[in-house]
Amino acid sequence: MPKLETPSARRSGTNRSGEPWSRRVTLVPVSMGRRIDTLTAPRSANSLRRAVGASLGRVETQRVVLFTADRPLALDSGATLGPVEVAYETYGTLDADRANAVVVCHALTGDAHAAGHHGDPSKRGWWDNIIGPGRPVDTDRFFVVCANLMGGCQGTTGPWSIDPATGRPYGLRFPLMTVRDLVRVHRALTAHLGIDRPLAAMGGSLGGMQVLQWALDAPEELGSALIICASSRLSAQNIAFSAVAREAIMGDPDFRGGDYYDDGSTPDRGLSVARMLAHITYLSEESMRRKFGRRIQDAEMPRFGFDVDFQVESYLQHQGASFLKRFDANSYLYLSRVMDYFDAFADPVATARALAATRTRFLVVSFDSDWRFDTAHSREIVRTLAANGAQVTFREIDSPHGHDSFLLEVPEYHRTVAGFLDRAMSERGG
Amino acid sequence: MRPDLAVVAAMIPPGSRVLDLGCGDGDLLAELIGVGGCRGQGVEVSPDAIHACIARGIPVVEADIDAGLPDFDDASFDVVVLSQTLQATRYPARVLREMMRVGRVGVVSFPNFGHWRLRVYLGARGRMPVSRSLPYPWHETPNIHLCTLRDFEELAAAEGLHVAERRLLDVDGRAAPARAGRRPNLLAAGAAYLLTR
Repeated sequence: MPKLETPSARRSGTNRSGEPWSRRVTLVPVSMGRRIDTLTAPRSANSLRRAVGASLGRVETQRVVLFTADRPLALDSGATLGPVEVAYETYGTLDADRANAVVVCHALTGDAHAAGHHGDPSKRGWWDNIIGPGRPVDTDRFFVVCANLMGGCQGTTGPWSIDPATGRPYGLRFPLMTVRDLVRVHRALTAHLGIDRPLAAMGGSLGGMQVLQWALDAPEELGSALIICASSRLSAQNIAFSAVAREAIMGDPDFRGGDYYDDGSTPDRGLSVARMLAHITYLSEESMRRKFGRRIQDAEMPRFGFDVDFQVESYLQHQGASFLKRFDANSYLYLSRVMDYFDAFADPVATARALAATRTRFLVVSFDSDWRFDTAHSREIVRTLAANGAQVTFREIDSPHGHDSFLLEVPEYHRTVAGFLDRAMSERGG
Repeated sequence: MRPDLAVVAAMIPPGSRVLDLGCGDGDLLAELIGVGGCRGQGVEVSPDAIHACIARGIPVVEADIDAGLPDFDDASFDVVVLSQTLQATRYPARVLREMMRVGRVGVVSFPNFGHWRLRVYLGARGRMPVSRSLPYPWHETPNIHLCTLRDFEELAAAEGLHVAERRLLDVDGRAAPARAGRRPNLLAAGAAYLLTR
């Protein structure tokens, strides 16, 4: 097996430091953003509430080669890909009857490290508040699996991986993928782990899209499907935001057609702008107003100039800059494109056939302040599922935090997930 | 199960696809799914009731039925139930129209404001009646659109709906004795209607 080197590891220290946008201004670290929140705005009961249950301790990312050059993965595009190595984590214990598995699918920029920590308890997985002993996804009861997506950059094969045909990173020679292809890899992983029928699959945003596709592709497989702030297909506005983000990356002179891995300078400017833009769509206007208002960074009076002055600018710069440490520009292109082309119910006949056969119980959740994938996206999923006879539970949760709500501890949301999984567990095998 | 729900349940053929508007904790759907072999789906607006449905494994969509039923396609259910809920809606006629769009038949039950006890209460005391089936003072009641059997039948006719069956209820919500059939609008405390287009 070739030694894996992630782009983030390779890129450490290569961020361009002389750029005007990163000079002279103290970037707001994430923790400071939270402090501003507590000082200046009444925190909602949501964020004051202590997490239910406990955190997992130290966890480790594992790796497995699921497809090889000899037995490659056949993609929707007709292309094949091999080897496909997948980075994943598991929490909890698989039952003797292998019926307690909950598969977590991550969103555009997530990774396999969903919960627990890798040695520093202050740096926890991206969904640590919902996964753990006594948490809604209770690791004392469930066997939780989370894998880095194909095309991603946190250990699973992606555009940064070495193309065996050339001995160099794929770059844009990596094949285009669909959500169905991502699901093929998830299913190969669960099969590898000896799980025939996951108790549930769950995910937010692009994660929820994978769960929906999984339920359609394998109607007999999932006990429950938890689809959170997702979409069955993107709107023109959604695609437009993705297009601008990709334009920023591909227009960066350091992008060089995607072949930027070998000589140290990566399209950081473009990738950080893409992240800044996307981050705006993850927050609601209200949460930005609460968090930043029109406050000036590190000063009382505006400085009047084109450098970062407002706190919201500083926050976005920080989001963009910190994203560079963990993400690869080509992965961003590929995975955002996966979302653009996703159209779960494009074929009504196939949809009807899949849902007529399904025994999956669906939970669809939206958040009222989410404008990235607003409630209309979720309602369209609900309508199609219900019209085809599927059993669907839907909730629109009050939350001021926009699309990001699915990553936050919103009590009504967590209570809904906990109740749904609890019921699934009590019904398993039945 | 509440006696009036048992009356409603008895009007629904086994194996039906049932949508219950304002399903509460899911008592009726649990009965229809568990005993009647139906495929049930609830619609509810109260979070606590929704959690109760989730805990029982009853699929439930969070929605306000006064906003219509945009989550459900035309004729996608065999039966749509509106049990003791019509009088609490803001737009009863619109709700009725929506339920008959989504279901092939509708079952509607409600308290009869023409019942003699309520007439006597209002006539003798000159105050809004408070009873077992209408327990709230006027300023706190969710029942903002009370009607009599005659009122309802007039609305149904105006909406082009046909009453295929009517079951009268007594004050306990049980099937009313046969004599109530002589003067239903006076003697029945409530009724459940089976409506067709």
